Amino acid sequence: MNHSPPNPTALLECRGLSFSRNEERIFGPLDFSLGEGEALQVLGGNGTGKTTLLRVLAGLLAADSGEVRFEQRVVDQGHLARGCAFLGHLQGHKGELSALENLRFTAVMQSSQIPPERALADVGLAGFEDNLARRLSAGQNKRLGLARLILSPARLWLLDEPYANLDLDGIALVNKLITGHVARNGAVLLTTHGAYAAPPVRVRTLELVA
Amino acid sequence: MTLTPTLFASARAQLRRDLRLVWRRRGDAMQPMLFAVMVIALFPLALGAESRMLARIAPGVLWVAVLLAGLLTLDSLFRSDLEDGSLEQLLLSPVPLAWLIATRVAVHWMVTSLPLLLLTPLFAELLHLPGQLMTPLLYSLALGTPLLSLIGAVVAALTVGIRRSGMLLSVLALPLFLPVLVFGSGAVVAASQGLPWSGAIYLLAAGLALAVVLAPLAAATALRITLT
Repeated sequence: MNHSPPNPTALLECRGLSFSRNEERIFGPLDFSLGEGEALQVLGGNGTGKTTLLRVLAGLLAADSGEVRFEQRVVDQGHLARGCAFLGHLQGHKGELSALENLRFTAVMQSSQIPPERALADVGLAGFEDNLARRLSAGQNKRLGLARLILSPARLWLLDEPYANLDLDGIALVNKLITGHVARNGAVLLTTHGAYAAPPVRVRTLELVA
Repeated sequence: MTLTPTLFASARAQLRRDLRLVWRRRGDAMQPMLFAVMVIALFPLALGAESRMLARIAPGVLWVAVLLAGLLTLDSLFRSDLEDGSLEQLLLSPVPLAWLIATRVAVHWMVTSLPLLLLTPLFAELLHLPGQLMTPLLYSLALGTPLLSLIGAVVAALTVGIRRSGMLLSVLALPLFLPVLVFGSGAVVAASQGLPWSGAIYLLAAGLALAVVLAPLAAATALRITLT
């Protein structure tokens, strides 16, 4: 076991984190830390466990072994879940509700101080307030997911393939959001399977191999 | 320190969202009610309008119709949320999951059982139920239907991870529904024979009190297991 003292500025620190499904190792053991104002890009091909790693960190899956420290405290699955904002492959909002109705719900649940209308405008969906989410395109739905991040007060963002489905404007938008979040001393952990897009901030990389 | 919304505010937001969703898909939401109406209307037609026999089977028919109507929509309780990722976001929200599930169950009850409860006097008339049995029938349904929704939510949470779990859900839920049915319609049958019926009602009330506290917690745990 490694007994070095915890990194004082680390927001998230993982030691010996591993996950297996049906006795088959998906990833790990991994040791890494993520400081305030830092972005960590998880690289790796398809099936190397990037999404699984994010889901473990989000508290949606339980790790096999290892410990996770969040804000210097060892946390369990349930506590992890409450400190982070997660953007996954699934859209995470209701197709039968309008863009604004979806965001209003998020705003209450996250007790956000930011008006949902502004978050919607920030992601370039002004004018689509009353459109049902299922009538929006895949890229626009992704943008709606990004608006949810704006409303979340969480310091740690876990973004699973944030660039998927987005046009060049959208990629610039993701980069702008990440830059802003990092500038506010937040931390971002994002996955991409290629190096075609990376946020314009100090990024460290973690490469997973199958 | 992240702010958390009050339980009341989060429940109100969830209630509004779920009811709005029900309204947008009101065709689907009407299905359980129409099902119960059909079953209850078909019995007099199939058995003939002999009022003595109808009055005898009326409590059982009403209870079975309401129970099966609730079972129809049980599978959809968490399924759409699982499929579009809303469930992940609910799990990650700062509000306790059990609380959100309790709100969801309340919506399920309001949409499937409450309209039937309001229509019960009409159904009772259709089946020639003697007037003095209305009180035990309404008591037993008012206490029994939320209990069915709560128990059903635990089973729905357990099976939501399995695709096409409709049959499994019914097989798992029916044995758990049986005691509720036995006590619920039993109270009305006892009343029709002039026996004291409050015992069964008290048992239903005790079961409801227990389920209100425990079922959301059990369903929350089951959902967490399902997602892993």
